[in-house]
Amino acid sequence: MSKLLELKNISKIYGDLHALDNVSLDVDKGEWIAIMGPSGSGKSTMMNIIGCMDKPTSGQVIFDGKDISKESRRKLTEFHRDKIGLVFQQFHLINYLNAVENVMVAQYYHSMPDEKEALAALERVGLKDRAKHLPSQLSGGEQQRVCIARALINSPELILADEPTGNLDEKNENIVLDIFRQLHKEGTSLVVVTHDPEVGEVAQRIVRLEHGKIVSDKKNESFSD
Amino acid sequence: MNKKQKMFIRMVVASLVRRRSRMIVALLAIVVGATILSGLELIYYDVPRQMSSQFRSYGANVIFTPSGDDNIQREDLEKGISEFSSDEIEGYTPYRYENTKIHNMPATLAGIDFDSVLKTSPYWHISGNMPSGVGQALVGAKVAENLGIKQGDTVSAVNSFEVTEETDTSDIPAYEFYSDPESGELYCDHSLDLEVTGILETGGSEEEYIYVSLDDLTSLYLTDRGYDIVEVSAAAMQDRLSQVAETINSKSETISAKLVKRVTASESSVLTKLQSLVFIVTAVVLVLTMICVATTMTAVITERRKEIGLRKALGALNSSIIAEFMCEGLLLGGVGGILGSVLGYYFAQFVSMNVFSSSITFRPLLIPITIAASVLVTGLACLIPIKSAVEVDPALVLKGE
Repeated sequence: MSKLLELKNISKIYGDLHALDNVSLDVDKGEWIAIMGPSGSGKSTMMNIIGCMDKPTSGQVIFDGKDISKESRRKLTEFHRDKIGLVFQQFHLINYLNAVENVMVAQYYHSMPDEKEALAALERVGLKDRAKHLPSQLSGGEQQRVCIARALINSPELILADEPTGNLDEKNENIVLDIFRQLHKEGTSLVVVTHDPEVGEVAQRIVRLEHGKIVSDKKNESFSD
Repeated sequence: MNKKQKMFIRMVVASLVRRRSRMIVALLAIVVGATILSGLELIYYDVPRQMSSQFRSYGANVIFTPSGDDNIQREDLEKGISEFSSDEIEGYTPYRYENTKIHNMPATLAGIDFDSVLKTSPYWHISGNMPSGVGQALVGAKVAENLGIKQGDTVSAVNSFEVTEETDTSDIPAYEFYSDPESGELYCDHSLDLEVTGILETGGSEEEYIYVSLDDLTSLYLTDRGYDIVEVSAAAMQDRLSQVAETINSKSETISAKLVKRVTASESSVLTKLQSLVFIVTAVVLVLTMICVATTMTAVITERRKEIGLRKALGALNSSIIAEFMCEGLLLGGVGGILGSVLGYYFAQFVSMNVFSSSITFRPLLIPITIAASVLVTGLACLIPIKSAVEVDPALVLKGE
């Protein structure tokens, strides 16, 4: 299977703090990886670098064969807009736009907004009937599903999720994980940053970080599609 | 309009409509600023007109005198007056002076139009009543004191002249004629009885005359020889008055127009100071408005930093975010400017009625100026917080740091 993402000897240093310390990681196309670790282990830093929202102090980030570690902020923004869909722990929906408009915002910055496509994305996460509701009228689980629909709308090569079930109850957690399973089946690559073992256990591969270093990287033997 | 433009409008409208309470706070700040600005602009431009009317209580500000040996005739006077626009002329009063004798004492009669004299001399204080027609007189206080005249008296003004062949004596009673016993020449003491309706007090030289109607003077002196002087009261500033005086002087061979410098110069000086004061107040209010609007817009935009971070995380370029937020700000500025223009008129009207006791003149040109100033101030006020907000790292904002 060809590589979608390669992190080569990545370090991120803030003053004396080595948030990431000479980390290397490959992600294959269509692979589902869980990045786990305690608070302060460097998970979020790694997510920001993979999501093109931050640059490493040293090392290379190669995405789909292209070295993006030295690109300008503007190029990185354009790159992540085209290739990556983001799912946040706190959903981050725009509170004055309804569900379908929130999905269309991602289209707006990517290419051309299309309400029918946005409604189809909401239908995919089971929320078509809630399309005209404002975030304040949706439950946490529903807001997260809108967030996922927004991440999917531009058909990204990678879904990058930061603690996607951190604010959800068990029922909604299962709904979100089922959506991830479905996406994986359809060939979407997933990188899920989490400290929740239950979320990590459903991934194809589990990478553990501690103190900015990868301490384990192994396939999940219990993984099943 | 393509789908992207439609989405842009949809987002801006949603932000303005669904974040109503926040937007009303911002709009209120802009409307208050625009109202005060628009009101002060109106007052600033209306001050000369208002003050010109107020200054008319100083009396006439232009004097017409004969430019040659001939007196000013009625038709020449009307031509001269026509050089002013009709709304500039507050009033004008022609004067004709003649020497007379009253109680065998010399005095000076001034023929005037009693209906118009208070427009050019509004400061006249009359004990008694203004004469209402022929056969009545208003006596200056000094003359009254010297000759012992009181209100209600009837005095006889005498015109003594030598009767020649040209003299029309048809209306003169026979008893007024007498012959000089030495030379045998014929003389006439033509007299006119005048009822004193009031005593004039001004504290000035006006108290040295006895005022009668121009018709009485014509009948006493048997001729209408025109006017010696005309006082004009015009609601215009010094530059305009100078311009009209120059025009009259160049066009008319019989009238010499002069400005009453002590009046026009003091008007000009007071007005310049007043306008400077209003200008400074307007400038200070503009600065305070900018600070107020900037503070409000900064607060409104700062609380949306997370949204800006999210938009960046979704791939928005800085220029795109600035365009969206500026569009919202400029729309608010435009709406605030329109409302401010309307409310500013009522504000100026209120001030004008209370200070000048007259209504303000509506100036349509100030509407686009107010809207443009409102949009500009709001735009500048938004630009600084937006530019600082788009520099924020989306990763930090989304993490809530």
